[in-house]
Amino acid sequence: MKPAPFDYIRAETREDALAALSEHGEAARILAGGQSLLPMLNMRLATPSVIVDTYRLSRAAQIREAGDAVEIEAGVTQARLLGWDGLAKALPLFAKALPWVGHAQTRARGTVCGSVAHADPSAEIPLCVAVLGGEVVLSNRRKSRKVASGEFHIGMMMTDRRDDEMLTALRLPRAKPGEGYGFAEYGRRHGDFAVVACAAKVTADSITFGVGGVGDTPVVARWDALDGSALDDALNACAWGLGARDDVHADARMRRDLVRGLGRRAIEAARREITA
Amino acid sequence: MTVRPDTFRSPERVEDAALLTGRAQFVDDLPEPGNCLHLAILRAGEAHAKITLDIAAAQALPGVVAVLTGADVAALTKPLMVGVRLPMECWPIAQDRVRYVGEPVALVVARSRYIAEDALALIDVVYEKLPAVVAPRDALADETVLHESVGSNLVSDRSYRYGDPEAAFEEATHRVEISVSYPRNAVTPIECYGLIAAYDPFEEAYDVTANFQGPFSIHSVISRALKVPGNRLRLRTPPSSGGSYGVKQGIFPYIVLASVAARVAGAPVKWVEDRLEHLTASVSATNRETTLAAAVDAEGRVTALDWDQLEDVGAYIRAPEPATLYRMHGNMCGAYDIQNLSIRNRVVVTNKTPTGLVRGFGGPQVYFALERLMRKIAVTLGLDPLEVIERNLIPAEAFPYRTASGALYDSGDYQKALEIGRTDARLAELLERRDVARAEGRLYGIGYAVAVEPSVSNMGYVSTVLTKEERAKSGPKNGAQATATVALDPLGSVSVHVASAPQGQGHRTVLAGVVGKVLGLPAEAVQVRTDLDTGKDAWSIASGNYSSRFAAAVAGTGKLAATRMRDRLAAIAAPMLGVSAEEVQFEGGMVTAEGAKPIPFARLAATSHWAPGTVPEGAEQALRETVYWTPPQLEAPDEADRVNSSLCHGFIFDFCGVEIDRLTGALRIDRYVTVHDCGRILHQGMVDGQIRGGYANAIGAALYEEYAYDAGGAFLTGTFADYLVPTATEVPAPEIHHLETPSPFTPLGAKGVGEGNCMSTPACLANAASDALGAEILTLPMTPARLRAHFAGEEPAAPEGVKPAAAPGGRGLTGSGEVEIAAPRQTVWDTLLDPETLERIVPGCHGVKKVTDTHFRADVTLGVGPVKGRYTVDVKLTDLVEPQSATLSGGARGALGSGEGSGRVVLEETPEGGTRMRYDYEAQVGGKVAAVGGRMLDGAAKVVIGQFFRALAAQTGGGTAKSGLLDRLMFWRRS
Amino acid sequence: MTTLSKDDTTLIRLTLNGREVQGRASPRLLLSDFLRHELGATGTHVGCEHGVCGACTVRVDGVMARSCLMLAMQAEGAQVDTVEGLAPQPDRLSVLQAAFRRHHALQCGFCTAGILMSLDTLLRDEPDADRTRIEEVVGGHLCRCTGYAPIIDAALDAAAELRGGDHV
Repeated sequence: MKPAPFDYIRAETREDALAALSEHGEAARILAGGQSLLPMLNMRLATPSVIVDTYRLSRAAQIREAGDAVEIEAGVTQARLLGWDGLAKALPLFAKALPWVGHAQTRARGTVCGSVAHADPSAEIPLCVAVLGGEVVLSNRRKSRKVASGEFHIGMMMTDRRDDEMLTALRLPRAKPGEGYGFAEYGRRHGDFAVVACAAKVTADSITFGVGGVGDTPVVARWDALDGSALDDALNACAWGLGARDDVHADARMRRDLVRGLGRRAIEAARREITA
Repeated sequence: MTVRPDTFRSPERVEDAALLTGRAQFVDDLPEPGNCLHLAILRAGEAHAKITLDIAAAQALPGVVAVLTGADVAALTKPLMVGVRLPMECWPIAQDRVRYVGEPVALVVARSRYIAEDALALIDVVYEKLPAVVAPRDALADETVLHESVGSNLVSDRSYRYGDPEAAFEEATHRVEISVSYPRNAVTPIECYGLIAAYDPFEEAYDVTANFQGPFSIHSVISRALKVPGNRLRLRTPPSSGGSYGVKQGIFPYIVLASVAARVAGAPVKWVEDRLEHLTASVSATNRETTLAAAVDAEGRVTALDWDQLEDVGAYIRAPEPATLYRMHGNMCGAYDIQNLSIRNRVVVTNKTPTGLVRGFGGPQVYFALERLMRKIAVTLGLDPLEVIERNLIPAEAFPYRTASGALYDSGDYQKALEIGRTDARLAELLERRDVARAEGRLYGIGYAVAVEPSVSNMGYVSTVLTKEERAKSGPKNGAQATATVALDPLGSVSVHVASAPQGQGHRTVLAGVVGKVLGLPAEAVQVRTDLDTGKDAWSIASGNYSSRFAAAVAGTGKLAATRMRDRLAAIAAPMLGVSAEEVQFEGGMVTAEGAKPIPFARLAATSHWAPGTVPEGAEQALRETVYWTPPQLEAPDEADRVNSSLCHGFIFDFCGVEIDRLTGALRIDRYVTVHDCGRILHQGMVDGQIRGGYANAIGAALYEEYAYDAGGAFLTGTFADYLVPTATEVPAPEIHHLETPSPFTPLGAKGVGEGNCMSTPACLANAASDALGAEILTLPMTPARLRAHFAGEEPAAPEGVKPAAAPGGRGLTGSGEVEIAAPRQTVWDTLLDPETLERIVPGCHGVKKVTDTHFRADVTLGVGPVKGRYTVDVKLTDLVEPQSATLSGGARGALGSGEGSGRVVLEETPEGGTRMRYDYEAQVGGKVAAVGGRMLDGAAKVVIGQFFRALAAQTGGGTAKSGLLDRLMFWRRS
Repeated sequence: MTTLSKDDTTLIRLTLNGREVQGRASPRLLLSDFLRHELGATGTHVGCEHGVCGACTVRVDGVMARSCLMLAMQAEGAQVDTVEGLAPQPDRLSVLQAAFRRHHALQCGFCTAGILMSLDTLLRDEPDADRTRIEEVVGGHLCRCTGYAPIIDAALDAAAELRGGDHV
């Protein structure tokens, strides 16, 4: 279990990274925290010819509050975001979900933007970004563009990122009064990938509901303030619509039940937390 | 009596300081010879196939010293010995056919492990697939036979009969029967296999250092395979080993492979197994299908048992199998007094990893059936499960007790253990907790299990598989030789050596205490070495770390050696002290006798070095004592197939309360109590450590761990993300209670304790889950999905028009899609059949060759995100209905694995003059990508196939993939 | 920006347990292999090479890191701490190490180095870590010998001692 050979480029700055990507394009993979890419390199599932190491960017990376948004720059580790003192107020959904992301040891190095860019459908961070309706900032050497999370994640580990681009920041809307957030997950063991993860953002008249771990991307639905059997019906339709499958960890029926059950739990938790 | 932890001595371990500071020497920490090369092993990606190899590119890679195939290994070795009389060739590397995923197919020796793995990727293996035999019952059908020389997958079928079981069943009020399946799993050590092998061409001798755990009977297997006498195979173990739990027995085929590789490469070769190799192909416990029936009287007393065991040993019957099936042979009635017994034992081979030693070894399989049956008897008769257990226990006054199948249970007081459970462990409280929980509508259950834990295996038990005639022919096998050496140096300090090959069990600490106590020295004064060198040290075929033999056999032998040394010293000291040898005392570092001036121990102990001439006549020199000890109770199987399979028999009474979550199906252990009798306790901390470790392993086996295969033999759990080992948050601490009925058969009165909870705990948890659900749990692990099936009830119906993506229980990958193309149907059809166009449009395609008009071969890079691999893809078109429909079938192979599948494409004209292309597919994937990427395969297939059709649509006129009904049901965030 | 071709090696300088050391690495060399086989610091063990078992956990610039999920190249200039650096003196164990020994919190000791590095970091960063927090952090490791309970007890005991209280 040793990586295949690759050329190595250590970027000290964002400009370094973008220059390297502009030169190597498809041949290059960006190494951020490495908690997903390194296992793939070690197993030789991934055999890129160039590694662009962006971990040094974490030294200068910022969590920035800008108006109605929180901007998380590439390089901010999951542990740093979890420890950010503005988290509970600005991004309550992340405050609930981040402890479910891997283990303390992987959060210490794994980055927030890296998780979004990796686009694992079972990962909690892309799910939360999707439910919040966050934006992904993609930059190449010449320009930056913003892409809505729903457009960014296009399939199992597939994103809208072009070969010369890097995910340089995430922009997430700040929590506002009148909103409540809930998160519920089931994994086989503590720290495992979610079998099903549900995240909800609720206001007095709407529900934004997201499911991770079942579809090929986080799946988000928006409903009116449904309740009772109407909510059951919506969750049931959602559960059936995800195309759940059997695997060694759970069967399709269980996944649908979890969407219905954890979904309701997440939505109800969010309702209880609606802030004045 | 219950022993409270604080009343017992639990000295800190001498092993720990080195382990805690990073100074311990595990096999991969040892200095490498200067010219050391590194070995990597290419492994089969298919479960059953004929293979052809092309190794030229690998050989040509700079840094590669040698590439060996099966034929190269066969030229220098003989097949591994097989434990039953069969014309089966058991090679450690595939010859022209692979029989399980992970089977070695080629060896690369290179300057570094990194380069060796580069070379593996350059070896081209062409598999000509054969049908795979996966389920043991399917193996019996012999539709596909793994070993044609044997002629059948059934490699052993023996029946045994003790007492009069037919009459007992005839007379019984009830016949209660249960059929259970025990899965494949293993207690995966955190350190994988590792070794350094060297060959001396002039002495024609191999020298191997490996983290092998024994039994050293395997030394003979390796020597024979390497075609050298035993004294030309020097097998050594490193000072530390990172856990084994039986599993490191399974390194031995790799000792053969690495030895040959070193010989061919002309330099020492190091191999460190990686985790993918380990999970895929190291060793597994046997999976077993068991049907067990009991003859039961009206009061719930069992008068006979009838076992039908179908054992799956994987692709080869590799030494020491079929030992898993026979290790418990004397104990098939467990803790119960049942004198009528019939057993049918069948062994089959299947296309799975060969099995071997795993903690519990045969016990988990037996007790899962037996203890589940006891609960079923209680349910059937409307009795309390603990009542039924109690009514059948062997009475305390019956020891030593001879079981129907020949075991001699040394000691015990099972009733006392139950009483401790009821009183000290507060069983009544748990029953109340269940009442409260149930009143609240929770799924709460209580389980019980009792188990007799055998230890110190009789080297002859495996021969019970042979008929008495076969046994007569091969000569009797029995006993359990343990060795210990006590030596004195010129300064009079004491060294001890044993051949117990510890893997973390603290043997050095215990022996220092045992020997020190005999010689009147503090434990710290005694230096114990446990690394083993078969070229220099005392050992026997029974040496090693297995069948929980240390405390009962090895530590006891240490005591015997120390005692012999003490007696010699006493004889030397007697005239100095002016007393008889019997009157000499060893205490506090001094040698004394009443009324005499004490002599310092060190001075006396140095006598035979400095002044052997002063040793009195009749006394012997005291320099070094090696004792071999084998218990007389371990006799060879008798004419009636009775065998005392183990020397010692500990006892365990477990009970627990569990709750099952109504939504997730997850089982939570509310309270777990385990009452142990392992005879005399030598070190409380270590005994409890063994219990906790075995219990944690058993939680894994009961709830999480399974080496899973699909119906085609693809291995599905190749990483620690899919083979789930419980962590600190999944293992609640058990409550441990002890009683001691010392064994009369061992020097220290101790019995083994390392494996018991692996036997009792899965059954106990399954009984509790059965109680919680009012159902019969018949297989492990109890995954949430399996538990939910008992109570999930009817599912809310799908909204109209939504169909589940796959049929329930369906295997493999399936999918479908639809693309609308703004081009006439004929254009789309032509494109589909034109290799040049395909080459242009297939994403990642490097070239398409037209083999025939309807057979294309493409070289394609496939993958999603960072996971990419290059594959050779063969596609055949059949059922062509121009220009409407076609069936595409074929396969892909590459370094990451292989796939096979078929799909149907239907083209319809749309009213707008365009084409609607609908497709569906079904595929199976094998090899590394299935083993490590199972979670992603479905989505990956969808992406790759979707890309192809979108590209096809784009090429022929642009179009859009159509999403389904969901869009109408939900508002999608795409803005 | 530093560039290294796949066929080349370069000198990596880092501070290992407070001492400046150096060794050669190619781009793909894992930090775990670099520590063990280039620098001879074999106290850090390798158990899975895919970031799950935790045996290879070290501390890099003050935070826990799976050394199998880092390239040696990434440790250039870093402060790396491993199990070899935990003991205050060659013949004395740290409070945490001593608690492990007292509680029989190790058997084979192979996973222990990684667990010690995680717990040493935790107790340094969060001296008041409670049982739940300790279980969560130990939950990032696999141990097959102990059943974990003695490890948790040892950590709680060490935490209490480090806070200046009595053993629990």
